[in-house]
Amino acid sequence: MTIKLGVPSKGRLMEKTFEWFGARGITLLRTGSDREYAGAVEGIDGVSLVLLSAGEIPRELAAGRLHLGVTGTDLVREKLALWDQTVEPMAELGFGHADLILAVPRAWIDVDTLDDLDAAAASFRAAHGFRMRIATKYHRLVRDFLKSGGVADYALVDSQGATEGTVANETAEAIADITSSGETLRANHLKVLSDGLILNSQATLWRSRKAPMTDQERVTLKELTDRLL
Amino acid sequence: MPTLSDTLARAARLRDLFEAEGAMVVDPPVLQPAVTLLDLYGEDIRARAYVTSDALRGEQMLRPDFTVPVVQMHMKGGAEPARYTYAGEVFRRQENDPDRANEYIQVGYEVFDRTDPAAADAEVFALIAGTLKGLPVRAVTGDIGVLMAAVQGLQTTQARKRALMRHIWRPRRFRNLLERFAGRAPVPATRSALLAGQAQTDAPLIGLRSAREIEARIAALQEDAAAPPIAAGQVDLIEALLDVRETMPYALSRLHDLAVDMPQIADAVAGVTAREAALQARGVDTDALVFEASFGRATMEYYDGFVFGFRAEARADLPAIASGGRYDAMTQALGQGSAIPAVGGVMRPGLMLELEGQA
Repeated sequence: MTIKLGVPSKGRLMEKTFEWFGARGITLLRTGSDREYAGAVEGIDGVSLVLLSAGEIPRELAAGRLHLGVTGTDLVREKLALWDQTVEPMAELGFGHADLILAVPRAWIDVDTLDDLDAAAASFRAAHGFRMRIATKYHRLVRDFLKSGGVADYALVDSQGATEGTVANETAEAIADITSSGETLRANHLKVLSDGLILNSQATLWRSRKAPMTDQERVTLKELTDRLL
Repeated sequence: MPTLSDTLARAARLRDLFEAEGAMVVDPPVLQPAVTLLDLYGEDIRARAYVTSDALRGEQMLRPDFTVPVVQMHMKGGAEPARYTYAGEVFRRQENDPDRANEYIQVGYEVFDRTDPAAADAEVFALIAGTLKGLPVRAVTGDIGVLMAAVQGLQTTQARKRALMRHIWRPRRFRNLLERFAGRAPVPATRSALLAGQAQTDAPLIGLRSAREIEARIAALQEDAAAPPIAAGQVDLIEALLDVRETMPYALSRLHDLAVDMPQIADAVAGVTAREAALQARGVDTDALVFEASFGRATMEYYDGFVFGFRAEARADLPAIASGGRYDAMTQALGQGSAIPAVGGVMRPGLMLELEGQA
């Protein structure tokens, strides 16, 4: 049996991950046609590559079907309850930087902190008859953050894409989303609250605490991590 | 661990007991419209309740408690006064503690009665205490109405009182607000700039929140900045009140002392005194009963008066074996214009059996 390493199956995240492993003498490559999600690992025996969506990697690590996986901190924290009992961060890979932030229209000159947001939410509810809507796909992280910040009278609305556009489209009053540069926020006339950083995220190598291992696999995993870290 | 059939048998016996006390047995549906619960509790309920949906009825929740459906049913035309009892499963999402049950049997007793609130409080407490007789549990009581009266009586603006009242159930946020209104917290630089009229933007206004709403908030902030801070002595009194944690005779004497400096709480304290007498009349040993002024504030529940809980003495890991309180405001929120004083409590027969098994 082999150590299963899960890596995002496409785009920059995959390329950067291949580079990071390559710089440490482990070659990850895709095999077969361009469209086939098959891969191989060279430079070490007993490790196999699994290409899958970055969003599914937390679940597979938690289920113990992957021993190692590369995905963002944001996805692990959002998708896994008690994440630190399920997976262990082995290394931050230095790319895929993204912050989960809370943003409101720049025209709201009276709102700069969570405290302001809470007060604005109270009067918004009184004026409009429903709670202030915050569009996000990170429901758990945002709810925990707002709860600890003491914000009430808001409702989360699900937005799986183009979240920055929801305010102009009047389907939400504020948003919580991943941003890397802030340009999309500015282009959509939004600003980040000064205490609105929910999470710093970057691509991270995780080890599953749940995956069963044979003695041979344990040896392989040790050899691999010795070379990587 | 007790078996489900043992737990169900105990639940049925408890419900029979309340029925014999004159309560009507009710059986609300497991699936509740999510919108009612969201309106009442806000987004926090999603972290506590299981949500499901279908294309026809939209979002529904597996009932996280019976109180809301029982209140709704009563407000739609129940007799008055009324007493209800129920037994069945409730469902609570658990995301942080795998040892907490996410589905368990609950038995409850709810009283809707205008005549004598102290007597109704004592009735609910004494009946539930009776079902726990012999178990190693300890009762704690409190009264959120005393804190509310203290806030309402502060010598400060209505806007500040409203803000504090809104966060009565969020102790940390409440404290931060109190510090800010007392002028003890630093003002953020952006707030100072806004108040000085220096905050500007070239950004277009997008979304539903209107320019008028923004202007109204700025005006409110300016009004607040112009109002004198809440006097330190008054903040100290609120903090002294929140620190009250004694057996009832000592707690009451503390509350009477505090009421000398905070006359606004006198009526609420008189209510606690009346409840002490009513509890004694029901045979409760109030000399040994603990009263904590801040008890019940961190729960999501809608309690706004008497609150109580029973916890296992040697099992701090277990949730409350029984708990309850007065929720007059909830009947108003769900009553569409009408309201009635209401008090109730719930028990967990599964935990009762578990404790008996250990004894």
